Amino acid sequence: MSLAALVRRNKQYDFWFSVISIMCVLFSLLALTTLLLDLALEGIPRLSLNFLISFPSRFADKAGILSAWVGTFWVMFITAFISIPLGILSGLYLEEYAPKNKLTQFIEINISNLSAVPSIIFGLMALGIFVHSLHLGQSLLTAGLTLSLLILPIIIVATREAVRAIPTSIREASYALGATQWQTVKHHILPYSFGGIATGVIIALSRAIGETAPLITVGALTFIAFLPHSFMDPFTVLPIQLFNWISRPQAEFHVNAAGAGVILLTLTLLMNAVAIIIRYRVRKKITW
Amino acid sequence: MKTSYYRRIERFKDTCIRGILFSSALCSILITAAIVFVLFYESIPFFKSVSFKQFLFDKQWTPLFSDAHYGILPLICGTFLTTLIALILAIPLGTIMAIYLSEYASHKFRETLKPLLELLSAVPTVIYGYFALLFVTPLLQTILPSLSGFNVLGAGLTMGIMIIPYVSSLSEDAMHAVPMPLREGSYAMGATHFQTAIRVVIPAAFSGITSSYILAISRAIGETMVVAIAAGMQPNLTLNPLEPAQTLTAYIVQVSLGDLPHGTLGYQTIFVCGLTLFFITLCFNIVGHSLRKKFREVY
Repeated sequence: MSLAALVRRNKQYDFWFSVISIMCVLFSLLALTTLLLDLALEGIPRLSLNFLISFPSRFADKAGILSAWVGTFWVMFITAFISIPLGILSGLYLEEYAPKNKLTQFIEINISNLSAVPSIIFGLMALGIFVHSLHLGQSLLTAGLTLSLLILPIIIVATREAVRAIPTSIREASYALGATQWQTVKHHILPYSFGGIATGVIIALSRAIGETAPLITVGALTFIAFLPHSFMDPFTVLPIQLFNWISRPQAEFHVNAAGAGVILLTLTLLMNAVAIIIRYRVRKKITW
Repeated sequence: MKTSYYRRIERFKDTCIRGILFSSALCSILITAAIVFVLFYESIPFFKSVSFKQFLFDKQWTPLFSDAHYGILPLICGTFLTTLIALILAIPLGTIMAIYLSEYASHKFRETLKPLLELLSAVPTVIYGYFALLFVTPLLQTILPSLSGFNVLGAGLTMGIMIIPYVSSLSEDAMHAVPMPLREGSYAMGATHFQTAIRVVIPAAFSGITSSYILAISRAIGETMVVAIAAGMQPNLTLNPLEPAQTLTAYIVQVSLGDLPHGTLGYQTIFVCGLTLFFITLCFNIVGHSLRKKFREVY
């Protein structure tokens, strides 16, 4: 083959590859829009004030998501309350304090393995420990604890990345003025890494809000016609309610599922949008 | 006098806080220990009444029937079949997009498209279940009229869409990290973008690409809601993706929804399934880790 022909052939390969890639990109975006549109077209007409303030019912048109969204709110509150401090503190320890030894290495490997463990296994663990050993029951508290353990690795990793991005010179300047390690962390490391940590926390919470499987194994109820009075009350959350409605054969309940899905998806996407905005702002602002 | 007193307090605070931070870091080890402990603790009584041979080689899984069989094969088969279908969709698509974003696309295009693609994995899985059951399956039924309402194909394909970002984003990160001089060397020899991507960038980023594949595989194996909603609830030893089948995760969901008393053999089966699942994902992670080590390129 002549050189010119070879060049032409290779250029053609190059061209066809970019055509195929663009098609793949279009396919993925098409899948995303179809998913959103399908849900929105089915679900938005179902949304009404009554849908938000009614309890579930065996009549599809009277059923609502009151107990589900109140449950989601409380479970997320408990999850955030436990996982945020625990995750940030662990991340700080591993990045700022930990000596380079076998134990630290073990903790690090362990965290990266934990993030690959399927979420339903966290549910089984919670069923064994929180429900049957600690007798916390199938309660809001159990659900919150389960989800906080599940998202802990995400928060730890995000904290570590945010802290690692801070140049060493800042720490050295602080030590040179006689600050202790904690003073350095409190006055410099935490404020400077705030944006990165906040992004990670919000992404982690948006994972938790849509988690269904681990809450099914710890015993979420699918039919609750009262609001919780304490953290020890039985619970349901939006994804569980959604799952319950999808698994029913009647099409009217599927419409309810789409309605609940629109609300759940809106919450998730809003959280992701906030995270992206924070990340973008922080990136723009920081100049070391 | 006052300064030294102040300093002593600050030093003491520093030590205390170091202790608090250390104990929160230990939490992650406790979680792993708790997972392993619970899975084994609840599974051991099961293996006292059911032999390993029956567990591994029996072709039926009917623990809740009066004629109980405890063969895990149908569930493992369901799990692998759905995972395989998901990977057949996600790995080529994700890899091609990663190459495109890293080697062809402009900076602006990449920065816009990546977050959009990542939205695919931000959507709650239960909503993907809805999508698989009420959109993908009816769509497939127009092409394959014999397809049953619950089937492996629809669930697997939906799961494939869900894990695309794991492949595309992480592979792209790995390819993007390949140093520019390597590419420039290749371009200087007259190679096209495509040749450079295939011959230079992919081999250099191979370890990162492998870890993205491994992560996608573990996600697919552990995925629960899509298969529980759309793949059906009958354990089925089949390789036909048009039939319904049950995965390990879907079985755990099915039993958890019912009301099995604590301590019965039926209740223990979900922990046995959990242990099997844990073991499978662990194996993949170990394989992935050794592959990464073997192919790591250091610059």
